Formats: sequence, C-alpha cells, structure tokens
Amino acid sequence: MSRLSDRLSCAVACAAAMLLISCGGGANESTAPASSGATAPAAAPIDPETTGNVSGKVTFEGTPPAPQPIKLSSDPYCETANSGLTTETQIVGANGAMGNVFVYVKDGLGDRKFAAPSEPVMLDQKGCHYTPHVIGIQVGQPMQITNSDNTLHNVHGLAKANKEFNAGQPIQGMKMTHTFSTTEVMVPFKCDVHSWMNAWVGVLEHPYYSVTGPDGTFSLKGLPPGTYTIEAWHEKLGTQTQMVTIGAKETKDVAFTFKGA
Amino acid sequence: MLWLFAALVAASTAVLIFAGGLVTSTGSGLSVPDWPNTYGWFMFAFPMSKMVGGIFYEHTHRLIASTVGFLIVVLAVWLGRTEPRPWVRRLGYLALGAVTLQGILGGITVLWYLPDAISIAHASLAQILFCLTVTIALATSTGWRRAYAKQKGEGGRGKGEETPDDRMLQHIAIATTAVIYLQILIGATMRHTGAGLAIPDFPLSFGHVIPPYWDSKIAIHFAHRVGAATVTVLIGATTGHVFFHHARRAELRRPAILLLGLLVLQITLGAITVLGNKPFIINSLHVVNGALVLVTSLVLTLRAHRSRFAHVARAFLPDEARRAQSGDVRDATTGYGGARA
Repeated sequence: MSRLSDRLSCAVACAAAMLLISCGGGANESTAPASSGATAPAAAPIDPETTGNVSGKVTFEGTPPAPQPIKLSSDPYCETANSGLTTETQIVGANGAMGNVFVYVKDGLGDRKFAAPSEPVMLDQKGCHYTPHVIGIQVGQPMQITNSDNTLHNVHGLAKANKEFNAGQPIQGMKMTHTFSTTEVMVPFKCDVHSWMNAWVGVLEHPYYSVTGPDGTFSLKGLPPGTYTIEAWHEKLGTQTQMVTIGAKETKDVAFTFKGA
Repeated sequence: MLWLFAALVAASTAVLIFAGGLVTSTGSGLSVPDWPNTYGWFMFAFPMSKMVGGIFYEHTHRLIASTVGFLIVVLAVWLGRTEPRPWVRRLGYLALGAVTLQGILGGITVLWYLPDAISIAHASLAQILFCLTVTIALATSTGWRRAYAKQKGEGGRGKGEETPDDRMLQHIAIATTAVIYLQILIGATMRHTGAGLAIPDFPLSFGHVIPPYWDSKIAIHFAHRVGAATVTVLIGATTGHVFFHHARRAELRRPAILLLGLLVLQITLGAITVLGNKPFIINSLHVVNGALVLVTSLVLTLRAHRSRFAHVARAFLPDEARRAQSGDVRDATTGYGGARA
C-alpha cells in the first residue's frame, strides 16, 4: 500500500515536472497587433469648404509643483545618458501654460467614420524616458515603438478596453508596431524595468485630438459645423469638459483651467 | 547529513520567499516579459550586465527559484532512496510537485500580466512549500527521531520522557498555525490588489478604531489588521500554555520564545511598512518574517503532536515498525530506532 502511494506521489510529481518542461519555449517575444484597422470603412464625406476649428489654451491656476529629479541609479546606462531627468507629470510654463494635456472631441461627431491613417505614430524610448509623454492615435493606426537606448526596456501597455500587452526590447534600435482596436482614453504605458518611465496614449476613432505643448495651446482642425463636447485630460488633475458650437468656417476659442490641490 | 541538507533546502526556500517579496515590493513582476526565457535568452545564459532596474529583482528571483527547485529534486530523490518512513518520503514528492506547480504559476502570472488570483495563489503556495521543506527538515532531525526524549548523559528534567500528549496544546497550536496561514493569504491578497496603503495610519484607521469609510481595498487592509490581532491572541494563548505547562520541554519552549519574538518583529515591520510608505526592503522583510512566524508555529504544532505521530505510524505502518523493531538492516544503517515516526 505504502509503495503504491509512493509511486502515485512520484507519478504526480513527474507529471508536474513534464508539464513544466512542455511549457518551455513560450517566450513572448512578439507583439501581434490587436487589429489591423486596414479595413476601416470609408469616411463620411465632410465638405472641407465648411469645416471650422476649435483652438485654445490650457492653463494652471495656483502654484505649480516643481518637477522632481528622478533617481536613475538602478541602471548605470540611464544615469549616464540622462542624468538630469525630472518628472513630467505636471509641466507648467510661463503664465501657467500647461503641457501634456490631451484635448479631444469626446462627443458630437455622430456616426461618422474615419479611416485610420497609414503613417505610424512614433513613440520612442530615449534617455530612459518616453518621447512624447502624452500621445494620441486613431483606432487601427500603427504605432511604432522604438528603443533608442543601449539598455533593455519592456513596453507594457496597460489597456483595459484594448488588449493589454507587454513586449521586451532588449537591443538598441529594436522597433515594434502596435495597433489598438477600440477607443480608450487613456492607455497607460510603462516600463517595468525602469519604474519611472511612463507615457499615456489616447486612442480615438477620429482624428480630432491634440496634445498641448509647453505653451499650453491646442488646435482641433477641420471639424464639420456642429456642437461638440471637448474634453481636456490631464494625468494627475483629471478631466474637464466644455460644449462648443461651431458654424461653417468658424474658429472657436476654448480655454481650460486646472486648479492646484 | 540528510537533516542538514533538508535544513539547507528550507533555508533556501525562505530566501526565495524574500526574493519574491522584493519582486512585488519593487513592482518588477513584469520587467521580464517572457518566460521561461529572459528577453529571449536561455535563463541561465542571460548576461549579468543586463540585470538592471526591475530585471535584477525578477531574474534573480527566477534563478533562486531554479536553484531551490533543483535542491528539492535532490531532496526528494535522497528521501526516496534512504528514508524508511513512507510519510516523510511522500513529503519529499509533495514538495517536488509543489515547487513544480509554483514555477508554472510564476510563469503564468508573468505571461498573463499578473492576474490577482494567480499571483495570490503563487504567494500562497510558496508558504505551503516552505511548510513542507521545514516539516521534512524537522522530521529528519535527531530530536524528532528520538521523540525529544533525553539520551544518556544529557541533563535536564525531561530525561527519558518523550514530548507529552497534551490535547489542549495540540488544539490551540493547530488553530494558531491555521489562522496564521489564513492571515498570510489575506496579506497576499492585500499585496496583490494594491491595498497595502489603503489605510494610511497605524495603529488607528483614519483616526478611528474602525474605519469610518469603506471600499474593497480598505476592507482587505482592515481584515489584515483584524487578522494580526487574532494571530496575536492565538500566539499568546499557545505560548502562554507552553510556558505554564511545558516550560521545561526545550523542544516546545524554544519555538514558543521564537514565535513571540517573530510576532513582535512582524507587527513592527507591518507598522513601518504603512507609516513609511512601503519601503521595499521592509515590505519584503514583512513577507518573509510572516513566513517564519508560520513555520515556527508549525514546528511547535508538530512537536506538540510528536507522540501522536508515533501512534499513527504504528497503526499505519506495521511492516516498517516490525522490521525496525526487529533490527532491520535498513533502519540500522539510517540510525532510526524502533517505531520512531
């Protein structure tokens, strides 16, 4: 009886060991696109003679926090390549101008369809940080992610509505292409090797989005006449929305103001 | 020699748990996106120079895990070839199965982006594996084999007597060990759901004994604190019973003292983890010290049951017992006496 039990125990252990071995070689080296987007329906006709624009500025009210230096000592390459790196969470320039704010048309386009551009959006890992920090892309549009650093990065997209992915880029110059299959504002990106590295990607069905630069300005061009909900998103300060109506060939100014805590 | 090796395996398992704690505490769980390879390299061929940032913690954890796995294979084979007690041999096979499953869970949790359920199962099985290796080390020790009865020439008042069959102690000790394991499961859930700082103050909760606000993370965190209080009471009851009734039994007194010391250390580490905004070393020490609290309580529990092990052995293993009692060659060569379980 005891021998039988011994053999059974041994058989279970061996089966588990074989299962482990059979799981070998499952390296997750490739990142298959979530969807091609190549078969997107033709865009609804928009008369370019009647389109207007929404432009404006995002400002911060209060005393902005100073960017904090980032400790890069966990990777000697990063320490050498970008010793002065600071946090990009809140970029506030002259007169409270806020950078890295994602401004987009949240609602008002109805059921119009927009073909995905074929030219890729570029996201680079250079100096152990993502460039740019905030980025917009259309559903089905390719995103080319490059490792320009002479160190290892992993690209981890923590998508919720889209498929989460995590791919390694151990060699300098490696590139990968990723596409998103559905709208998601925003998809956080992070590098788990370098805990300070993060970026945000806004995925939309349409091309009406903009990311504010250091001067805080944005511009949404080529909008057909109509009433729109415009949203401004900031990674730390949340979102603000405004309604705006534009007529044919009209340009409306919209201002967003975020307040400090 | 076998005991020494089993103790080495148990110690290496503790080191592995600490390394696993570091992976979670530093948020490095996905810094190596592939498995079982590392960035396409065969695991053992991955260059040391590339072990930077989070890779250092994750890849080191994998290397230690592989080493522990290898040591457990050796231990299981060793037990299988030389150990006369079937239940101890089975513990070896069980440890081998557990470490294999643990490796698979570790791989799956990486490939599936750290799903809470798998990560918590990985953390929980680690504790069971540690318990198995410690039990093997205990069962192969000289003290266990002679049932802690003093040998000729040894001093002390327990001379010639085996560990007493104290039902009360056995029940309290089992309850304590079970609740400690449950508490570790809650801790693992708190850790992997990001609830470690859901209550930012200590010992109060948002300035109150009972939190004035609730959500799922606060509930998990508070459950861990309630668990800590329950464990404290149970450890107090177990060790108190030992000190009052078995103070002269070194095999019970020593783990009881150690248990109290580890408990104080564990509460201190938990408090620093909360108040210090989860410093990763302290956080990881809290994990491994929790495991040490568990196995110390387990050792006390097993020793409290030592006499019953012999009865069980006699009941279930009449052949081995008879052979041993009649001076069977195998038992003589391994130094096991009579029906010692």
